[in-house]
Amino acid sequence: MSATGIGAPVRRKEDHRFITGQGRYTDDINRPGQAHAFFLRSPHAHARLRSVDTAAAAAMPGVLGIFTGEDLAADKIGGLICGWMIHSKDGTPMKAGPHPALAQGKVRYVGDHVAVVVAETLAQARDAAEAITVDYEVLPAVVDTAGAAKAKSVVHDEAPDNTVFNWHLGDKAATEAAFAKAAHVTKLDLVNNRLVPNPMEPRAAVGDYDDGDGVFTLYTTSQNPHVARLVLSAFIGIAPENKLRVIAPDVGGGFGSKIFIYAEETVCVWAAKKVGRPVKWTSDRTEAFLADAHGRDHVTHAELAMDADGRMLGMRVHTTANLGAYLSTFSSSVPTYLYAPLLSGQYDIPAIYCEVDAVYTNTAPVDAYRGAGRPEATFVVERLVEMAARQLGKDPAKFRMQNYIRQFPHQTPVIMMYDTGNYAASMKKALELADYKGLAKRKRDSARRGRLRGIGFSSYIEACGIAPSAAVGSLGAGVGLWESAEVRVNPVGTVEVLTGSHSHGQGHETTFAQLVSDRLGVPIENVSIIHGDTDKVQMGMGTYGSRSGAVGMSAIAVALDKVIAKGKKVAAHVLEADEADIEFADGHFAVKGTDRKLDFGSCALQAYIAHKFSGQELEPGLKEGAFYDPTNFTFPAGVHICELEIDPQTGVTTIERWSAVDDFGNVINPMIVEGQVHGGIAQGVGQALLEGARYDGDGQLVTASFMDYCMPRADDLPSFQVGMTVTPCPSNPLGIKGCGEAGAIAAPPAVINAITDALGHEDIAMPATPQAVWRAARRTVSRLAAE
Amino acid sequence: MANVTMTVNGKPVTATIDPRTLLVQFLRENLRLTGTHVGCDTSQCGACVVHLDGKAVKACTTLAVSCEGASVTTIEGLAAGGALHPMQEAFREHHGLQCGFCTPGMIMTAVDMVNRRGNALDEATIREDLDGNICRCTGYHNIVKAIAAGAEAMGEPARQAAE
Amino acid sequence: MYAFTYHRPASARQAATLLGKKEDAKLLAGGHTLLPTMKQRLAAPTALVDLSGCLDLKGIAQKGRNLIIGAMTTHAEVANSPVVRDAIPALAYLAGHIGDPAVRHRGTIGGSVANNDPAADYPAALLALGATVVTNRRKLSAAEFFTGLYETALEEGEVILRVSFPVVSKAGYAKFRNPASRYAMVGVFVAKRGGEVAVAVTGAGEGGVFRWPEAEAALKARFAVKSLDGLAHGADGINADMHADAEYRAHLIGVMARQAVAMATGK
Repeated sequence: MSATGIGAPVRRKEDHRFITGQGRYTDDINRPGQAHAFFLRSPHAHARLRSVDTAAAAAMPGVLGIFTGEDLAADKIGGLICGWMIHSKDGTPMKAGPHPALAQGKVRYVGDHVAVVVAETLAQARDAAEAITVDYEVLPAVVDTAGAAKAKSVVHDEAPDNTVFNWHLGDKAATEAAFAKAAHVTKLDLVNNRLVPNPMEPRAAVGDYDDGDGVFTLYTTSQNPHVARLVLSAFIGIAPENKLRVIAPDVGGGFGSKIFIYAEETVCVWAAKKVGRPVKWTSDRTEAFLADAHGRDHVTHAELAMDADGRMLGMRVHTTANLGAYLSTFSSSVPTYLYAPLLSGQYDIPAIYCEVDAVYTNTAPVDAYRGAGRPEATFVVERLVEMAARQLGKDPAKFRMQNYIRQFPHQTPVIMMYDTGNYAASMKKALELADYKGLAKRKRDSARRGRLRGIGFSSYIEACGIAPSAAVGSLGAGVGLWESAEVRVNPVGTVEVLTGSHSHGQGHETTFAQLVSDRLGVPIENVSIIHGDTDKVQMGMGTYGSRSGAVGMSAIAVALDKVIAKGKKVAAHVLEADEADIEFADGHFAVKGTDRKLDFGSCALQAYIAHKFSGQELEPGLKEGAFYDPTNFTFPAGVHICELEIDPQTGVTTIERWSAVDDFGNVINPMIVEGQVHGGIAQGVGQALLEGARYDGDGQLVTASFMDYCMPRADDLPSFQVGMTVTPCPSNPLGIKGCGEAGAIAAPPAVINAITDALGHEDIAMPATPQAVWRAARRTVSRLAAE
Repeated sequence: MANVTMTVNGKPVTATIDPRTLLVQFLRENLRLTGTHVGCDTSQCGACVVHLDGKAVKACTTLAVSCEGASVTTIEGLAAGGALHPMQEAFREHHGLQCGFCTPGMIMTAVDMVNRRGNALDEATIREDLDGNICRCTGYHNIVKAIAAGAEAMGEPARQAAE
Repeated sequence: MYAFTYHRPASARQAATLLGKKEDAKLLAGGHTLLPTMKQRLAAPTALVDLSGCLDLKGIAQKGRNLIIGAMTTHAEVANSPVVRDAIPALAYLAGHIGDPAVRHRGTIGGSVANNDPAADYPAALLALGATVVTNRRKLSAAEFFTGLYETALEEGEVILRVSFPVVSKAGYAKFRNPASRYAMVGVFVAKRGGEVAVAVTGAGEGGVFRWPEAEAALKARFAVKSLDGLAHGADGINADMHADAEYRAHLIGVMARQAVAMATGK
């Protein structure tokens, strides 16, 4: 392994600009003549728009234009779309209500877009927005996830029972049969709390229009600029793709929330032409709470059937998933194909049946948030398994190992074909890291100090890569989920790689360069990674679902293979040898069995000067591209163990120890991978202990700022012990599985299992706030006193 | 409108501004120093932390006109003469950043922490003093490591002598 | 923010004059409550009188048995002051735990006291220590000064000059922070001066800061943590929100009171 090659903890190339304040985020971009947009948002969760009077506002100082849904409709600008078709059990397609970028006729959640004001300054735009008179006919709000289908009020006329679809997966009859012969059944009701992604950089957009050549440019906080261009062109109708450039520069975190195509960027780019000026919008944090897509929000009943020896026989799950007021870009896939196929976890379960009812409510749209469906599935599985072990009187680690899948490939009853893994290896390593043997003593020490100590396991699995295209297409996806790469070798051997992946914290400029440096033998500083601009990168699917390594880098690897193959042809001419005799290693093309060789840079130069071969036999130049479509999803898996202590006096939970062992397949940069694990765990701990978006009965978001929505702070978390095991992934050329979401998937059940272990009962929901834990601990304390 | 004169990163700056201009807006919009960021509306995230007369403050909760006569240091002014500040170096060395958005505020807070508490910072102290800085990417693990290392590096004699 | 005119007087007297002359004027101290409120357009003063140039409002001194803190003294200055740490260490501790380090560099005692946020820390200290708020017009005891949620006895045009704290023999402060905002969800300040004991509670009262007479009586008999055993604050009059209902907050009053006494007694 070289110091900058695959497997090395290379310090990040992108860091210099970030640590010196020279990052270039969307809000840092200002275009000449730029105007500012302010969105007038609905204060009501559900209302009919009787009238929107903009006359007085339009006359206010600095106002360049005020637009409503009628203006968009008049310009034939289409609504926002959901790109994944789900069919109900009865075969009917999901019921998608209209989703105009500016409301038409009705508003459906607090924060919904009523009108936009474009003015010389943001303050003027905001002043004018206050002068718009809206006559709302307020309607009853549908808020409760579990009760939405029975609510009297209807969010969309297209879905009279507020139900988007009633979907199912698995073999119902086989599952019923498994339960019929079960010796023991564990049952559980749980809520997967609604979360707000909150990347630290709020969303922003700058729309620009060049009248000279009719080209629109949109700078936007996107995880996938090409998908944004596709949707804005082909579905929304801003401009044809060749007349629309989308640039996603440095992006300050996404966690899913910047995958989607939102109203604000649509309106900014469209309005730039309307007012003849660049139009900028930057979300404030309150707007982010109101109008960024939220995550999770499931209500679930689950049951696990076991035989007398504790072997798992079957699982059945019923989930109601809240999709909010409108179907966001990938919302329908999250509680279906990103959820139910993971219900087998790491376990050999012969029969699984899952039903999902998705509902509309008068709340912000719900879509993918770090993990997307897989944290929800893992929470169901790992809470059930932990409870089952307790009910059977078995050690939770041993019970898991008893039921682990051990033969690969393994076909689960819910679509997935797990390709490889060694779950017991991760568990054994995690138990050592956690000093499981010393737990009893630590529990006694805590008890002496009046504290309750608990340990919780999470044996998670996830399906990443979100590919292959044919597979996702058969499940309803509107797009293919390959990735593209283009490797441009310059005449003296420096390399530019254009990728369809997008980096918003993942460090692609470093890891992708490591791959190139490793494969071509060129110094890492001679490699540049280019992404995030549709004028530079031809097409790409973007970054989400832990796919940039497994799919994005694999595309680069394939393109690099082509570069090397072409280089061999060039070298054969230069070295006057047979192409079959040329070997490439350590940055040199050499003739087998001789000392004749050509370094990579010289080969590149020869490819461009083309003096040694005729253009008829070999094309000049050295540039190769690839579209890579993997053969399967990837299946990262691992074990996280949380040990914590509860102060029953205050209900404060302190995480004392976090031991994680993950199998991500081959690792390019362990420093970056560990960083991804840390961040994921923090978000998972946030879900378990701190975070929860709450609407009141009228549909007002009562957690609309950091004053009320509890973000994890440094003193809420411990340092983490992170270990790895490796089973290389057979489904891509690099053996990578993906690491971006693991922590967020693994952590919530580990925390709740630890709290319930400490409490000695199962009655605690997420987020387990000090108040909730105090109340739950009172029952424990009074029971202990009685004993 | 009001006149304001201050020193930013060692350079004198004079401007006529609307009194409601926040220091962070003045830095970002008037001076085009976009390294200082805005991540919330409630003075909690710390993405906007700069040093005002040598002390960490939240530039989103400070009027620019209130800084009359003051000296402001932003992330752009931390690296002296092209050499990275030891705290900047420590963030890179210890992978204390991912998306980079909270990073300028984190680094300015970290330098202030050392100024207040000295070069030996334990984990608990660092975590407590990061109360006003939110990071969504790193889980803080490597930020804490970076600050401890950066604090130590700031106290190395060679550097003290050079300064 | 809405537009306003800006004034930066050089003395408290000039500030008072400006405040009297301008309709809808507000004093700007550290700005950590006022500016966020104005950013949200929930406050719209037409003029701001910035006190940051009033050097006569800054400073800490001990005069006889009293600790005098100027209104524009920041939380960081109070927390780090050797004078405060020596005279009333619990007050330095309290100031050192308001907000976060950057907030403490800007936020001031005068601003905090004038705002009387029900979740602020200082009101508990003023009430328990029997402090006096000195304005440009008069002297008010803390009990007279704090009149309700965000309400004080301050009149139009009145400017807080300083706060005077009697030095006590024993004092302690403990707070349970709101997990999200980090403001006090419950904060309890206990002070023993001669034979008198005061216990003041912030964060928990429907009407803002208040005293807990039962705890005071118990501690007067014997100033020790044990004296509070079995004593619980009732839930009546205790506020409730999504983070803590009245029952939990009332319970925390007892827990924080015991921690505060432990600090005061060095246990």
